[in-house]
Amino acid sequence: MASDNPEFEQLVNRGYAHGFVTDIDSDTIPPGLNEDVIRMISAKKKEPEFLLNWRLRAYEHWLTMKEPNWAHLHHTPIDYQAISYFSAPKSRDDAPKSLDEVDPKLLETYEKLGIPLHERARLAGVAVDAVFDSVSVATTFKGKLAKAGVIFCSFSEAVQLHPELIERYLGKVVPYTDNYFATLNSAVFTDGSFVFIPKGVRCPLELSTYFRINAANTGQFERTLIVAEEGSHVSYLEGCTAPMRDENQLHAAVVELIAMDDAEIKYSTVQNWYPGDEEGRGGIYNFVTKRGDCAGRNSKISWTQVETGSAITWKYPSCILRGDNSVGEFYSVAVTNNMQQADTGTKMVHIGKNTSSTIVSKGISAGRAQSSYRGLVQVMAGAEGARNHTQCDSLLMGDKCGAHTFPYIEVKNPSARVEHEATTSKIGEDQLFYCRQRGISEEDAVNMIVNGFCKEVFKELPMEFAVEAQNLLCVSLEGAVG
Amino acid sequence: MLKIDNLHARVEGREILKGLSLTIGEGEVHAIMGPNGSGKSTLVQVLAGRDDYQVTSGSVTFLGKNLLDLAPEERAHEGLFLAFQYPVEIPGVNNTYLLKAALNSMRKHRGESDLDAVEFLALIRDKMKLMEMDASFLNRGVNEGFSGGEKKRNEILQMAVLEPRLALLDETDSGLDIDALKVVANGVNSLRSADRSIVMVTHYQRLLDYIEPDFVHVLSAGRIIRSGDKSLALELERRGYDWVLKEALEESQA
Ligand SMILES: Nc1ncnc2c1ncn2[C@@H]1O[C@H](COP(=O)(O)OP(=O)(O)OP(=O)(O)O)[C@@H](O)[C@H]1O
Ligand SMILES: [Mg+2]
Repeated sequence: MASDNPEFEQLVNRGYAHGFVTDIDSDTIPPGLNEDVIRMISAKKKEPEFLLNWRLRAYEHWLTMKEPNWAHLHHTPIDYQAISYFSAPKSRDDAPKSLDEVDPKLLETYEKLGIPLHERARLAGVAVDAVFDSVSVATTFKGKLAKAGVIFCSFSEAVQLHPELIERYLGKVVPYTDNYFATLNSAVFTDGSFVFIPKGVRCPLELSTYFRINAANTGQFERTLIVAEEGSHVSYLEGCTAPMRDENQLHAAVVELIAMDDAEIKYSTVQNWYPGDEEGRGGIYNFVTKRGDCAGRNSKISWTQVETGSAITWKYPSCILRGDNSVGEFYSVAVTNNMQQADTGTKMVHIGKNTSSTIVSKGISAGRAQSSYRGLVQVMAGAEGARNHTQCDSLLMGDKCGAHTFPYIEVKNPSARVEHEATTSKIGEDQLFYCRQRGISEEDAVNMIVNGFCKEVFKELPMEFAVEAQNLLCVSLEGAVG
Repeated sequence: MLKIDNLHARVEGREILKGLSLTIGEGEVHAIMGPNGSGKSTLVQVLAGRDDYQVTSGSVTFLGKNLLDLAPEERAHEGLFLAFQYPVEIPGVNNTYLLKAALNSMRKHRGESDLDAVEFLALIRDKMKLMEMDASFLNRGVNEGFSGGEKKRNEILQMAVLEPRLALLDETDSGLDIDALKVVANGVNSLRSADRSIVMVTHYQRLLDYIEPDFVHVLSAGRIIRSGDKSLALELERRGYDWVLKEALEESQA
């Protein structure tokens, strides 16, 4: 069936054509970072000159920077020279060949999440090239988008097919000088996603990395760029799940969003990177820079995230509210269990008049996990009538975990209204007992209470994601109480 | 139905129940009265299986089973219900959702299939009419922002839906206005039956005017120091607790 379907062939081979997988050399590139490595990455990807220069400037700048240490996180130092910058985190030869070789515990998790069988293989890092069932889905999907004029492709493809768009928008929201990890990413990123919604178009589908098969192995330095032109509208779903590995992996991504006049971007993430085991071995170090530019009047950018994974998370999706009447939103659920550490939050920068922002952050800590909320609300002098409402709730399960809140508020315009509410509660023994007295098992009671706590965020997620998020929460907190 | 024998229980290292014995037969209604801090709530919480309280000695048999061996949810499945003195709020968890999960867990235990949403809604609307509760309560979080009286009403609504064999009502009357008291009492009375027993913890005769008890007990310092029929409550109302305490003290010294 596969061989007489040319589109299938194309899909299967695309990863090889543009990526590093068939290129034997690339997989054996020695660890280490220097200018030559960056030139090599750029050359292998046949990048235009402007991009190479941009990478090199970023690299030069990175050399002058120091890793930030202000986050409430502890980890063994990352040796940047020990990382290989042009290969998948693990080469395909090392990946399990079939589901039989994958850790049963991971498979059990997928089963509980209700992830379809063929997807489980992909998520577990099994070396399958393309998934039969997804092929037809992916092609009809592409057709529908093309008709609407929407561009949705890998970053590498975009560099080849739409270099002018990349040159115009790349680094405009997160400049290569922005921060240590973003700068590193700018120098060495290997792939990612690109979305362009033309003027007045309402994207006919929820865009999801799920459909972009070749996104499976984009590696640890990916970039996402979404541009929504005047009056357009797009909802983008990012789902991340990483295979279980013993060593820690660095993941330093950059996401840039640009919304023009009257445009709206909704960006949802369900992040379930491998968090490490009960003892804190393995797991992803997740240092991500996500920023949206509400550049136009009446534009709106909304971040919704449910994070249950990663050993360490350092992440502050932000909105720059430049356009008058623009709106920024941040809805977040962050779950940390066992030895996980999370330092997340958001920044809302009010520049335009009558801009408004809403922050709802729900942190859940269990085991010996530590989670911090760090939020900055900044109202510039010209931001007449700016409004912000921040609500920041923490739920603790057990008494060995911690939650910390660091709200920073800077107001330079007296007409601004900024409200901050914060609560910390322990998952009530009282609440648990109440449910159990009504006949509900302890595990169901915990799930019920936690999901209730997160309700305000879940209702912002697209339907199918909300269900996944709820399941994810149940799985991550399994055995957290009792 | 329930037999408590020489029950001792402690919390935070302090003994609260000090040899409490009490037997409750099928279909009986018992009232437990007693001064603040005497251990009434402790007793009902111990019976419901709250694990802050350690039972150090004594036994409790419920419908032929050793109650103390069972987890709280198992006790509930066997038909034990506690209407809490201070019902807890569970933000974001829908009142209807909790009740449906509770009922279905009971049904599952009895080997019955889950009620679907339509069947459940019909049932709960019926019970809400009984408790004269507004339908808007269905969509609110469990006890979230309920007034004191509304919480108590909600407890009896849950009892009406779950139809327990033994209901322990911990000061369900306190915080209720006069009309609400009548409604709640009505609800409880309509649930009286030959195979359902009720234990009411209360400070006031007023409740007993509406729900007539078969037995009245006085609990003091962790023990039942006097039992009688409904006339005992009337006497307490008139004379307070001092005389019972004094008589009990004399008895123990005699
Ligand atoms: N969790 C606890 N920790 C410490 N002390 C407790 C705890 N629970 C109960 N006690 C103590 O046990 C004693 C009995 O309390 P209990 O709540 O059973 O009294 P009560 O008879 O129900 O009183 P009231 O009429 O005021 O409701 C009190 O002195 C109380 O302070
Ligand atoms: Mg009490």
